[in-house]
Amino acid sequence: MISATLVQVIVGGLLLGAVYALFSSGLTLIWGMMNVVNFAHGDFVMVAMYTAFMLWSLLGLGPEASVPVAALVLATIGILSYFLLVRHIMRGPMIAQILGTFGLALLLRYTVFGVAGANFLSLPDHLLGGVYEVFGIRLQASRLVAGVVALLVTAGLHLLLTRTTLGSRMLAVSEDATAAQLMGIRPDRMQAAAWGIAAGATGIAGALIATFFYISPTVGETLAIIAFVTVALGGFGSVPGALVAGLLIGLIESLSAYWIGAVWKDVVVYVLFVAVLWFRPQGLMGKS
Amino acid sequence: MLHRRAQLAGWLTAAAFAVLPGVATAQSTVKIGAIYPLSGNAASAGTSAKAAIEVAVDIINEDRPELGELTLAKGLGLPNLKGAKVEVIFADNQGTPAAGQNQALRLITEDKVVALQGAYQSGITVTASAIAERYGIPFMTGESVAANLTERGFKWFFRTTPVASDIAKIYVDFLNDRKAKGEKIEKVAIVNENTEYGTSIAKVVGEAAKTGGFNVSVVIPYSANTTDVQSQVLQLKDNNPDAVVFISYTSDAILFTKTMQALGYKPRILIGDNSGFSDASYIRTVGNIAQGAINRSAWDVGKPGSPTFLINEMYKKKTGNDLDDTSGRVMQGFLTLVDAINRAGSTEPAKIQAALRATDLKPNQIMMGYKGVKFDDKGQNILASALLIQIQGDKYVSVWPKESATSELQLPYKGW
Repeated sequence: MISATLVQVIVGGLLLGAVYALFSSGLTLIWGMMNVVNFAHGDFVMVAMYTAFMLWSLLGLGPEASVPVAALVLATIGILSYFLLVRHIMRGPMIAQILGTFGLALLLRYTVFGVAGANFLSLPDHLLGGVYEVFGIRLQASRLVAGVVALLVTAGLHLLLTRTTLGSRMLAVSEDATAAQLMGIRPDRMQAAAWGIAAGATGIAGALIATFFYISPTVGETLAIIAFVTVALGGFGSVPGALVAGLLIGLIESLSAYWIGAVWKDVVVYVLFVAVLWFRPQGLMGKS
Repeated sequence: MLHRRAQLAGWLTAAAFAVLPGVATAQSTVKIGAIYPLSGNAASAGTSAKAAIEVAVDIINEDRPELGELTLAKGLGLPNLKGAKVEVIFADNQGTPAAGQNQALRLITEDKVVALQGAYQSGITVTASAIAERYGIPFMTGESVAANLTERGFKWFFRTTPVASDIAKIYVDFLNDRKAKGEKIEKVAIVNENTEYGTSIAKVVGEAAKTGGFNVSVVIPYSANTTDVQSQVLQLKDNNPDAVVFISYTSDAILFTKTMQALGYKPRILIGDNSGFSDASYIRTVGNIAQGAINRSAWDVGKPGSPTFLINEMYKKKTGNDLDDTSGRVMQGFLTLVDAINRAGSTEPAKIQAALRATDLKPNQIMMGYKGVKFDDKGQNILASALLIQIQGDKYVSVWPKESATSELQLPYKGW
């Protein structure tokens, strides 16, 4: 018999997974398409969370304002990062990309640390509705909104990549920048656009996560590792893959924490992760 | 030629200072190393600890007659070392035992500190103090509570804070007191983060609860840097214990509190063991949805004008927050260490060690609510004690035992 608690665990796991998918979509775009591992991804989320907090504490604004503002702020940071840093380190060896973006991560983390301090912050819990009870299952409005937005962002990015000229151009550049250039596409612009879009999506994620998670300068560290696993499991560059992988990881985490114990949930997730990659190294929905 | 001669003279002067320590410079400052989490997940607690030590340095180095009998408050610097000032070199343990160990090594071998203090997380105090032990440098912890820290046969390790067994005793005594008053308390659940701190406290509290006649119905260990605790809260909901003891750091304590509200779960009695629940960030972020949470403390701000009140004012001026129990315990550890250095009248490690062994501070000489400071052979303060406090409104008030309570205990746990 399925108990009400088990249903709650499953629902909670899926909503958690949707959030994982939400903050992973930006990473998969950059990683899969531009072939750059962005170690600053978690800290992009963190900056978006602080943006949301500042809008609330200074102007009293909620997510309806902080989501678009954080998207813009992060898109700007993404484009700047591309022109000031990524474009240069992409010419170097792989290790330069890793250290370069890791340096960017530390720069963002400790700039916020220096300005805002190490204190934990939190948005008031009423900012995005309360808690609803449906057939005895408790649903938190903020997580529900984050879940719905995750689906929308995934669908949006997927359509952008597969159905628009911009998307085709970005894909062309990711496959062969020289050939794309011969066809009259400017690789620099396309890559900057990809960074802007990816960071913007990350901004949306951060502003929404801030409504139910704590905010601290190091929160990005905690979130980033899951984003990397989600992207690798879903398949590099596959936006729908990140959604499926995120939901799967959220669900497995919740069920294993409930059935086996919280300390084992990471073990279960990573064993399954390795097992999947054993059979499908390209990830669940990645191209081989 | 001239240039080379000048260089040579420079080298010789430098060499003279190097071989004759304590001529001029070493007498004027006493260097102490402090290892705390200044970055990483526990940076919030670490920076508070740093601020608390800086306030202590101010108290020691400047003349603070208004602080009464508090050690080294009166007069400038360390009187037995010709008024030498204390200088603290802070090092970041980055939240990892390996970094804590490296920093201890660096402070001892490169900065030549005469004593060490730290390192907040018990798991890091383990590794950092092992280095101090190897080099024969006194190591003081004012805040790490894991039981085994003083069970390693170390000769250079000292601890002023109450430990796991004292803490477990006060919780169990409290629950028994409620039971005696007719409340139904049978099942006790323990939720703990799974490093040295959480594991050791959980073990000791669990054993004490069983001995005290309670049924420890579920123990839920988890990783402190987790992103989600829904399943753990639902496990508690299923188990429905009468009291839950949380042993958590700050980020996870906040996450648990938020998740409990989201899932509508309230135990009748919620005890949050210090660390995370004592962090000023905790009350500020989720205090309004954790009304009635019970915590342990040895810190009380006291009446306006009292030494503790003035210390709190100094700390508040520096950080904007009231002094919390954890940072207060850090400060007491530091004051005790420097008092011993002063009594030793020397910066020689062996003399400091002997002075620490001879420590016998009375309640009026310390800032925390301990019965005093006096170390046993293992380096543990045998006069350490604690009381219970509860979140009421936007602050903690002391509620148990009755003789030290300033406010009425409010049960059951109200939450939000």
